[in-house]
Amino acid sequence: MAKITYIAADGGTRTLEVDDGVSLMEAAVSNGVPGIDGDCGGNCACATCHVYVDAAWLAASGERSEMEVAMLDFAEGVEPNSRLACQIVASAAVDGIIVRTPVSQH
Amino acid sequence: MATRALDFAPRHEAPHLAAARETAYSTPLAEFEMTDPELWRTDTHWPYFERLRDEDPVHYHANGRFGPYWSVTRYADIMAVDTNHAQFSSDAHLGGITAKDMDQDFILPMFIAMDQPKHDVQRKAVSPIVSPANLANLEVLIRERAQTIFDNLPRGETFDWVDRVSVELTTQMLATLFDFPWEDRRLLTYWSDTATADDTVPGNKTKAEREAVMLECLMYFTRLWNERVNAEPRGDLVSMLAHNPATRDMVPMEYLGNLLLLIVGGNDTTRNSITGGLTFMAANPNEWAKARANPALIESMVPEIIRYQTPLAHMRRTALVDVELSGKTIRKGDRVVMWYVSGNRDERAIADPDAFVIDRARPRQHLSFGFGIHRCVGNRLAELQLKIVWEEILKRFPTIEVMGPPKRVASAFVKGYESLPVRIPA
Repeated sequence: MAKITYIAADGGTRTLEVDDGVSLMEAAVSNGVPGIDGDCGGNCACATCHVYVDAAWLAASGERSEMEVAMLDFAEGVEPNSRLACQIVASAAVDGIIVRTPVSQH
Repeated sequence: MATRALDFAPRHEAPHLAAARETAYSTPLAEFEMTDPELWRTDTHWPYFERLRDEDPVHYHANGRFGPYWSVTRYADIMAVDTNHAQFSSDAHLGGITAKDMDQDFILPMFIAMDQPKHDVQRKAVSPIVSPANLANLEVLIRERAQTIFDNLPRGETFDWVDRVSVELTTQMLATLFDFPWEDRRLLTYWSDTATADDTVPGNKTKAEREAVMLECLMYFTRLWNERVNAEPRGDLVSMLAHNPATRDMVPMEYLGNLLLLIVGGNDTTRNSITGGLTFMAANPNEWAKARANPALIESMVPEIIRYQTPLAHMRRTALVDVELSGKTIRKGDRVVMWYVSGNRDERAIADPDAFVIDRARPRQHLSFGFGIHRCVGNRLAELQLKIVWEEILKRFPTIEVMGPPKRVASAFVKGYESLPVRIPA
């Protein structure tokens, strides 16, 4: 179980308790967290679960895969701390992580 | 399930499919030819795909009319191919992105039919036109034009929805994106239709005729390029291509290729989803009533229309190496056709997929835009146009009557409509 905090572009905050092994995209979509779409269902293939990872958590969130880099290449407003939420999976390593969602995904 | 008011409703159980179902289930799989234009003109491909999904979801057609090819028909297998751009190429020189190879003596380089890294830089040259900021600017304009089109539709008489609404709206949009001379805008429709027409279908242009029309298109756009390349950069697509370092040195055929990509991508697909949406809503009056009662459902209705229509029936790749896919070995050089139209009706991935349901869960998980690095660059603009169309329709019209079956395009690529007779009650 990991505590995940999502901060929307308008400042609204949601914190979820997410089972280990569930992606941050899946948790957000299942719980109606705004600002994350996940059109491809977690296949790293649509870039509609783009999030900005809080600087303190960037290393813990892991490395971008080659596919993730390719997909982020086409997302809007990409920053060095951009990740796809479907590629970050809840675990003890990210317990407490804070991610921000962009204004729009699609 | 909603009741079907019309006997030509685009449903598996519709009467026109009963005979097709018998044929599909009595024909050996080895004789299936999913690119046969007749299957598409008559809308009878559905039971064939259903059988392929169940019996041989990665199927090899040894005697395809354009040469041998694989049909990939399940959602998960399509996703696997679409996201594997390292092993499945889109390169025009290997045949490109349609079941029928791109003519190798008339190669039109376009970013959809390129691999990395060139694909990425050319795509990025045009993607700012569909950025959220630019879409916000376009929304007002699209709505004004849609309102004008709807306010001027005849009442109490039958007219062609394709011509008066779907083509007009999408062509106006495209003319705006190109800053194309307004009075000539139907040329864009003509070029789009010509570029995608199957030249094996009687009545369509021959290869030579089609290429002549494409060169006319190039000449017209070369004039626009020349006007804009020496002017200050502006926000239209021609100016963007002429000024962006990634595209400003394109050779003429590459310019033409990318133009056609944007013309077809920005025109045919949305046009046919606008027409398809009306046929689905008219055939499912319960869904129309739901949307009228709660216009907020348009948000999920738009992706449902795009799933149900699947305006491009397939995309094709060419294997760069031997690849295993669901127990089959696809050999290096093989043609692989991903049938989005089939994957979008795969009950293994989508619940009750043959039903048109405007408030289904997770409506955006359809294949119509493709997935991976070639995912439709204009998907947000397409959704915006459909959203506005339906907001304006539901505000005005308690009902729109479909007066007869649509005339469908005889193409296994562009899944669309030539005409649809409708009537708005006086």
